[in-house]
Amino acid sequence: MSKNLVVRFAGEGGQGVVGGAELMAQAAAQGGYHVLTFSTFPSQIKGGPAWGQARISSEPILTPGDYLDVLVCQNQYAYDTNLPDLREGGLVVYNSEEFEIADNSRAIGIAADRMAREAGNPLASTIIMIGAVAQAAGVSVSALEAFIEKRWTRGRASDAAIIQGNINALRMGVEEAKKAGLALEDLEPAPSHDIPRVMIRGFEASALGAMAGGVESFIGYPISPATTMLVYMEQNLTGAEKFVGQASSEIEAIASLVGAGYSGRKVMTSTAGPGLSLMGEGLGLAWMAEIPLVIVDVQRGGPATGLPTKTEQSDFIMAMNPGHGDMSVPVIAPGTTEEAFWASIAALNWAERYQGPVILLSEAAIAERAQDIPMPDLSKVKVESRTVSGGAMQNRRYAGDSVSPFPVPGGPGAYVANGSEHDEQGDTTHLPDIHVTMTNRRFRKLEVLSDGTFEAENTGSDIVVLPWGGSKGSARAAWEQLQAEGVNVGWYYTMFLNPLPPTLLAELKTKKKVLVPELNYMGQLAGHLRSLGVNAEAITQYTGLPFKVSDLKAEISRRVQGQ
Amino acid sequence: MSKRNPLYDFKWCPGCGDFGVKVAIEQALAQRTAERGDSIEKTVIVAGIGCSGNLVHLQEGPQPFGIHGIHGRTLPVAYGIKSGRPDLNVLVVSGDGDFLSIGAEHIGPQARRNLDVTVVVMDNGIYGLTKGQASPTTNVDVVTSTTRYGKLDEKMNPYLFFLGAGVGYLNSQMSSRVKDLAAAIKAAMDYPGFSIVHVQSPCTTYNDTYALLKGDEKQGIEPLAFPIPDSHDAGDLIAAVNLVRTNRIPIGQIYRREGESVPGHERLARAKVNAGVGQASVEELLTGMLITA
Repeated sequence: MSKNLVVRFAGEGGQGVVGGAELMAQAAAQGGYHVLTFSTFPSQIKGGPAWGQARISSEPILTPGDYLDVLVCQNQYAYDTNLPDLREGGLVVYNSEEFEIADNSRAIGIAADRMAREAGNPLASTIIMIGAVAQAAGVSVSALEAFIEKRWTRGRASDAAIIQGNINALRMGVEEAKKAGLALEDLEPAPSHDIPRVMIRGFEASALGAMAGGVESFIGYPISPATTMLVYMEQNLTGAEKFVGQASSEIEAIASLVGAGYSGRKVMTSTAGPGLSLMGEGLGLAWMAEIPLVIVDVQRGGPATGLPTKTEQSDFIMAMNPGHGDMSVPVIAPGTTEEAFWASIAALNWAERYQGPVILLSEAAIAERAQDIPMPDLSKVKVESRTVSGGAMQNRRYAGDSVSPFPVPGGPGAYVANGSEHDEQGDTTHLPDIHVTMTNRRFRKLEVLSDGTFEAENTGSDIVVLPWGGSKGSARAAWEQLQAEGVNVGWYYTMFLNPLPPTLLAELKTKKKVLVPELNYMGQLAGHLRSLGVNAEAITQYTGLPFKVSDLKAEISRRVQGQ
Repeated sequence: MSKRNPLYDFKWCPGCGDFGVKVAIEQALAQRTAERGDSIEKTVIVAGIGCSGNLVHLQEGPQPFGIHGIHGRTLPVAYGIKSGRPDLNVLVVSGDGDFLSIGAEHIGPQARRNLDVTVVVMDNGIYGLTKGQASPTTNVDVVTSTTRYGKLDEKMNPYLFFLGAGVGYLNSQMSSRVKDLAAAIKAAMDYPGFSIVHVQSPCTTYNDTYALLKGDEKQGIEPLAFPIPDSHDAGDLIAAVNLVRTNRIPIGQIYRREGESVPGHERLARAKVNAGVGQASVEELLTGMLITA
């Protein structure tokens, strides 16, 4: 019995390859399996090479999987380009109307489109393919049927016919696989669970975390891969006091967030690299005038338009220093779907506590994945809100050397929130000593953000791994394998990248070598760590895809031995 | 705040038109708060960057809230404030550089949203704070520090631009006529929707247009400014467009959209009521994602 099944559906955008992987994952999750999806597609509505991958496992999952057990392909190009990722002994299921594979010893050809049309259910060709995959990989077909029944029970008169049509399609695929007589080792039965789990996508986890953290206004501009969060907010952040708006540009979005934050609201937006670039000046205003707000940057390949739909971790430097002048914007980067939920709450709390902008660094691979996670325990949510001025300080907004009470328009304490250097009541001044005092004040406020948590294991080792963001999963899997093989390497991880938890930074400084796996060319976090006095070395990749565990394991191993 | 605040180190030049605008705004706000029994703290002045924006620090008497942000972005800031806090009275103060050049892209979206704010544009036809560069409303052929051989671009007609963008309320005034200006600003604040009071506010240092605006009989200069005749129908968009199709400056009410003007925030509130949407709790949304196996 095998513990894992990795299936990739490859073809062109619009052929349902991403949807196929997600349907398979959804069905397996409902059947009790752990699942994780990953997809990649070009920036166009239809056409172009695309694929979706689902990993289904009887154990908790860290990554979407390095190599494929089953490759489902719609055309010759998809077959040629994805075949290198098929593991030895893996199976191919292909669209035999499009192309032929001469050697059918490990391949099942199915004329799925024609079969679907002939069955009077032209939309069901993907389900036929899923049926064949399930049969070949020993996934419970009855569980898939139960899922189909649930998925298409929508209280409509047509439900029964659609469900039956789809179940018939699934069985057609099963028969095709049986006819071919090809099979993989059976998948272990699904584990039983004693805690409630949800099937959730990364952007939904970020959005729900933000709602749990008390977000009130969300103003954004459509941009891949961050649009999903704006759309989710438009649908779900509702009610009398809530506002969701589509801005005319990211420049408008950030300035309106400053206005909304200034007016007393808890505010957020989602964007990607190009949008964050445009927001630089507005973020400076939020830093300077001390306005709480949160920006979710769903990183994609850059610079300029770059790779709009691919994953990368190359915005760290910009997130910390998004604009001109002396500023250091707090950065939180979730590494898993679960962390995405809690990171939004932490970001809103940080923004409210230190009264300034916070950047939440997500990435395409996190935002777009679907995964089963334990239902977040809402009793653990702690929401912080800025201390509102009661007027005791009159018009003095920026008095003292740390956070001061926030005057909310309509209430007492009228002042001018000012993007120019200013005195205690917000009036412009150019006096050197005031600029020194106020600059010190703005940086000193960061001290209230020293509560970031971190993971630390095998800390006795001189050489440690410190991944960030979505590279956590691959790095963790690689580290666990190295541990099991007796390689002595330590593990550190935090989603609180700026400011770093002080204890973590102190410990990292004592290490001979800190290896930082990150998806960029420059080694951005490693460079920052070196500037803080840590002997950090980056392990980089910039393919637009996540690290493979095997690649990372080999590279860590090489660096450890090369000491 | 300047009188109480010795640290504030900005000054307008003697004779600057912005002094008159400042007094007119103080009067309009005083009248508004008295009429409504509101506190002055319910008003927020959103200021642009330029000589004009410094008005927010110079307000005397009871102090409204203020936000003095970055160049060109007054309208987005106002949108953020008003969308979350429709209870606040939001007044934007800006100049021709801030509002019509770097910030021009924001006029259309706010006009279409019918954002319920009032904009007072102080137009002096020049970049004053950076010491005399051409602005969109500088006349063609004028020599400035960035147009040594005369300005190449035609002068922008802001009135035509505003009407084309869909602005629902447009009034044109002169900074020297404080009483009329105060009344126009007050009326604009009372208008439910996006309103602009465009003010000729001359720069005595770099572009002194007082004589041009008022004319000078002795020198044989025809006044550039002219009062809008009583016969003008401000409810008629075509009449308004015809009125402003000139290089001269009409003074008075140019346009006021007839019928019901529904501000964006009210439209949203109505749509929410019609759709019957309430706030779904995070728990409910998560429960909808539960795996039931």
